[in-house]
Amino acid sequence: MSALDAGAATSVRRSSTGRFIKRNPMLVLGILLLAIILMSAIFAPWLVGDPSAMMPNRRLLPAGLGYPLGTDPLGRDVFARTIYGARVSLTVGICVATISVLIGLALGLIAGYLRRADAPLMRIMDALMSIPAIMLAIALVALTQASVVTVIAAIAIPEIPRVVRLVRAVVFSVREQPFVQAAIAGGAKTPRVIIRHIMPSTLAPLIVQASYICASAILIEAALSFLGAGTPPSVPTWGNMIASNRLYLAKAPWTIFGPGLELALTVLAINLIGDGLRDHLDPRLSRRM
Amino acid sequence: MLRVIVNRIGSIAVVMLLVALMVFSLIHMAPGDPAAIIAGDNATSEQIASIRDRLGLGNPLPLQFLNWIFAASRGDLGVSIFSGVPVFGLICERLEPTLSLTLITIVIALMIAVTAGVLAAANAGSWIDRAVMALSILGFSAPIFVVGYVLIYVFAIQLKWLPVQGYASLSAGILDWLRHLVLPALSLGLAYVALIARITRTAMLDVLAEDYIRTAKAKGVSPDGILIKHALRNAGIPIVTVVGIGVALLIGGVVITESVFNIPGVGRLVVDAISKRDYPIIQGVTLVFSGVYVLINLMVDLSYGLIDPRIGRR
Repeated sequence: MSALDAGAATSVRRSSTGRFIKRNPMLVLGILLLAIILMSAIFAPWLVGDPSAMMPNRRLLPAGLGYPLGTDPLGRDVFARTIYGARVSLTVGICVATISVLIGLALGLIAGYLRRADAPLMRIMDALMSIPAIMLAIALVALTQASVVTVIAAIAIPEIPRVVRLVRAVVFSVREQPFVQAAIAGGAKTPRVIIRHIMPSTLAPLIVQASYICASAILIEAALSFLGAGTPPSVPTWGNMIASNRLYLAKAPWTIFGPGLELALTVLAINLIGDGLRDHLDPRLSRRM
Repeated sequence: MLRVIVNRIGSIAVVMLLVALMVFSLIHMAPGDPAAIIAGDNATSEQIASIRDRLGLGNPLPLQFLNWIFAASRGDLGVSIFSGVPVFGLICERLEPTLSLTLITIVIALMIAVTAGVLAAANAGSWIDRAVMALSILGFSAPIFVVGYVLIYVFAIQLKWLPVQGYASLSAGILDWLRHLVLPALSLGLAYVALIARITRTAMLDVLAEDYIRTAKAKGVSPDGILIKHALRNAGIPIVTVVGIGVALLIGGVVITESVFNIPGVGRLVVDAISKRDYPIIQGVTLVFSGVYVLINLMVDLSYGLIDPRIGRR
């Protein structure tokens, strides 16, 4: 291959990347934002100081050199705690999205394909949807020892019905398609029809839905921590930071706005990715919503 | 129409029964002895036994459920473990602030969201449209309590226009009542506004593409007349549906908003119950909130006939 060919290939690749960015500016912005937050959470020990170190002589320092967001009432570095706070939030968001999508996918395929299971399963999902997610999570967490695992379970359960409804709707629209009918006529067994022929159609909408669930899970986790029904207070989360600094709003607003801003930016990044993916995967729908 | 209503109420009854079963079984889903969990780490065995007794946890499960659901249908939601007061009474005492907050939020949110959605659809592709869509993504992303503290900081602490926290009863004067509810309603309503504005825009765009809109234009109806009389009326069903579904956002958000603004409503009742592990309160409020959600969505379903008379005749 000559040097000229290699150069042409790079320029083609570069222009297609450029076109991708130009067509999906929100998606790219969301991915960049989320990448920064994710990286800072993973490499937190190398970026900031100890989030739990208390310095009694440095309480409620204003934002400034050394402490970009000041210190909290116990003399802890608010910036360090904010960076570390992303760990719980992102873990909860990703785990909830994965668990609820997997369980919802299984139940949705069953409800959509096995007519006899449909009505009872959907009534149960209707009932589950009628209980406000935060109330269900509060009730579940209040009964168990607070830990990240119980918080994840408590947030994932109320998200499942949304996935079930989506998957079921896709199955309904695909079930009567000729390629599915052909597979059935060809003697494929039910599990094979569902997994090989129907499940692939659910993939694109599920990826979009997973990003929305991730965003909503991060918001609910923060709310639970804020209300005192989340992870133990020893682990820094954006919600429990805001709750413990709330009395100092007038004196040290950045101890509240700092974690609040990163929380909002994280959810915004994931929502941008969700919207961007939806536009990219289904341009027909995107012009409308 | 009557048959539709009867059918709907029948399926609502099934859903409500399932909701009750779930709320009831929450307490038994936790690992270990629920009475011991409620009593806390430092409880004596007598305290645990007394809680087990009071909640009837010694009976067989089906009997417990029947007892609980018959009591609940008579308005008896058990008594608070902490204070010994009936939960139903506690909820009723705190109903006024919560109802005031949600009603004000729905009114403000509908005015802002429907206007924004109609403007965005009427000017599809323009900067107004893009601004409305961008603001709606922000609205979905901003957590209620963060928005709440920013509003308190700006409008109450810095500008001193509105009170920082608390609630003023309607009986003490409507102006003071409103002043205390403006900031909470704005924080609570943000995601709701975003949701309704988006669906209004989508529904309006769908309707504006219909043939009868072109006919109306051709016969010389003014653009505003087309938007309001022809388009908005026909976009009503998706909008009203989302208004009903979105109530779930509001009910969950009430718990957070009342905590931020120190409003003594039903949401605060729950938050206070979390730290005391006052399980009957959490259970009772969860059941009431779910029931309200189901009823509101039943009303939404029944309103379809009013918005679109063709549905009633079918």
